[in-house]
Amino acid sequence: MEKILDIYTRMLRIRRFEEQVGVLFSQGQLPGFVHLYVGEEAVGAGVCATLRNDDYIVSTHRGHGHVIAKGGDFNRMMAELFGKATGYCKGKGGSMHIADFSIGMLGACGIVGGGIPMAVGAGLSAKLRGTDQVSVSFFGDGASNEGSFHESVNLAAVQNLPVLFVCENNQYGEFTPMEKVTGVRDIALRAQGYGIPGVIVDGTDALAVYEVAQTAVARARAGEGPTLIEAKTHRKGGHAEGEKAFLAGGVYRSAEELAQMQAKDPIVLLHKRMLEMGVATPNDLEELDQTITQAVVESVAFARRSPDPKPESIYEDMWV
Amino acid sequence: MAKKTYVAAIKDALAEEMRRDSTVFLMGEDVRLGVFAGTRGLHAEFGDARVIDTPISELGVAGAGVGAAVTGLRPIVDLMFGTFLYLALDQIVQQAASARYMFGGQAKAPIVYMVQNGGGISAGAHHSQAVHPIFMNVPLLKVVMPSNAADAKGLLKAAIRDDNPVIFLSPLSLTGSRADIPDGDHFVPLGKGEIKRNGRDVTICAAGAMVQKSLLAAEILAKDGIEVEVIDPRTLKPWDEEMVLESVARTGRFVAVDESKPICGAASEWAATVSEKAFSFLKAAPQRVSGKDVASPFSPILESAVIPSVDEVVAAVKRVM
Ligand SMILES: Cc1ncc(C[n+]2csc(CCOP(=O)(O)OP(=O)(O)O)c2C)c(N)n1
Ligand SMILES: [Mg+2]
Repeated sequence: MEKILDIYTRMLRIRRFEEQVGVLFSQGQLPGFVHLYVGEEAVGAGVCATLRNDDYIVSTHRGHGHVIAKGGDFNRMMAELFGKATGYCKGKGGSMHIADFSIGMLGACGIVGGGIPMAVGAGLSAKLRGTDQVSVSFFGDGASNEGSFHESVNLAAVQNLPVLFVCENNQYGEFTPMEKVTGVRDIALRAQGYGIPGVIVDGTDALAVYEVAQTAVARARAGEGPTLIEAKTHRKGGHAEGEKAFLAGGVYRSAEELAQMQAKDPIVLLHKRMLEMGVATPNDLEELDQTITQAVVESVAFARRSPDPKPESIYEDMWV
Repeated sequence: MAKKTYVAAIKDALAEEMRRDSTVFLMGEDVRLGVFAGTRGLHAEFGDARVIDTPISELGVAGAGVGAAVTGLRPIVDLMFGTFLYLALDQIVQQAASARYMFGGQAKAPIVYMVQNGGGISAGAHHSQAVHPIFMNVPLLKVVMPSNAADAKGLLKAAIRDDNPVIFLSPLSLTGSRADIPDGDHFVPLGKGEIKRNGRDVTICAAGAMVQKSLLAAEILAKDGIEVEVIDPRTLKPWDEEMVLESVARTGRFVAVDESKPICGAASEWAATVSEKAFSFLKAAPQRVSGKDVASPFSPILESAVIPSVDEVVAAVKRVM
């Protein structure tokens, strides 16, 4: 019961943070570009709820949700998105490069598929150091067409490493539908080619994600090797914020598809389920929402009142 | 003449060359919708066979391009960002660039790799690097980096018609810039630079986004009575060293301005060539203005401290006076 509330809290923290980021971006308040995790919350939250603080995750260009799911701090995240000195990376990273090594979050990654080998390395490190830590690689359906994915899964398989490969299959890589560029309909099938288990889960069902992740984590901790989990999900928004103006009328998802997707909002689904199960009252959940929303608002104030980085700081954090 | 954006110029060049030569085809991630829009709309005219949306598999796509090139086609591979060339490096260096020489002249690989290069839009470390020197160091690759929309159109047409592998680098910060594009089959030969501003006192060599900054610096310096000549080589390899050497022979002073890093950057190559071949004309040691030797930070304040500024160009010119 507590776990369900925990998962829901992680999801709602992601949703409210991302909604705020979307608004800030549309107002031109954030430099660079941002890719939001809205609609995919159940995957990051369900998986990270099975992890310990000292377990590792490696993220993607769509990484805010993973940081939050692993226990990241709103203030330092928001400050980073504003490019402030108080941000997680002192303004040097930005949206696609947030990391929090203190909670095992080894970094988001602007290069598609670029984080997968590192997750394998963190798993290798855990094995060589004789700990029972596990390592999770989050990546998209598009990333599963990169060589780095295939090499990494095979390496983890032959070394029997404590790694979860979590494919967030939202069915698009940017504006290209998966079936146009991917030889299989289920990414999980690719596990067979490397001799590891491949599991498909409904990525809009947080509790189902939690369950398959738990099994995979238990396997990994017991030294039984890696698992590939494919979570079928969808992104509610664009590939990147500001996409509409950029596409200038170009369309790549039908209205029907968008409507179908709205009906499978992972947060709405879990909210309903929690009420049915008696995990929480509507009032509890409303209060939780207000607390989270307040924390998001405060993170924006924190970011705004934080100092800009000093130009001289370009020469800090160079050689060790 | 018509005023067009950089991406519109790219699109025109692609469409005109694809109409002219049926062996030309385009492939890359999302080329149909066009991430930098230079390829948007081409699919409607040329169809699935000649405008191919690929998986996100840079190494495979770059290498497949070489295979198509050595068997008679002229692929244009759009890899989006310059940094994504790193994923494709093996195929570009070991296959595309090597095929002809290594196989004793049996093959040719007429292929163009198109990307956006450099920084300036807070895209973060993984998307904001000036990668051109890496390719300048590869034998038998041509490297092109336009500084405006008109040159971009003419150079891209030349790159597509060239029988060698070409890396075509569009400065990321110029994507939305506009220029007057000459009508018709506007063609700019590879390897030919252009004097963008005449001056008798100092020669600046600058490419890509640094050309505009150098021209701004030249305007500021003109107010102090210093007349700067600004040369844009346009092609970084093979580059128009004669144009630069001839200019230095007149001015006796040289400043190299490039966004890439100081160690083995493009500015290093230019300054070394001038020191070696125009030494007797020099009245002062050549100066380089390069990107700072750190990764590209996200914060606009930090990023602009890393990329060469107009002020730094002005200061470098004053050092040689
Ligand atoms: C190596 C590399 N190629 C291309 C890109 C451009 N790009 C950024 S996100 C993206 C789509 C990724 O799709 P997917 O892996 O399914 O993740 P999603 O965005 O759907 O979460 C692409 C092509 C990139 N960042 N890195
Ligand atoms: Mg995807």
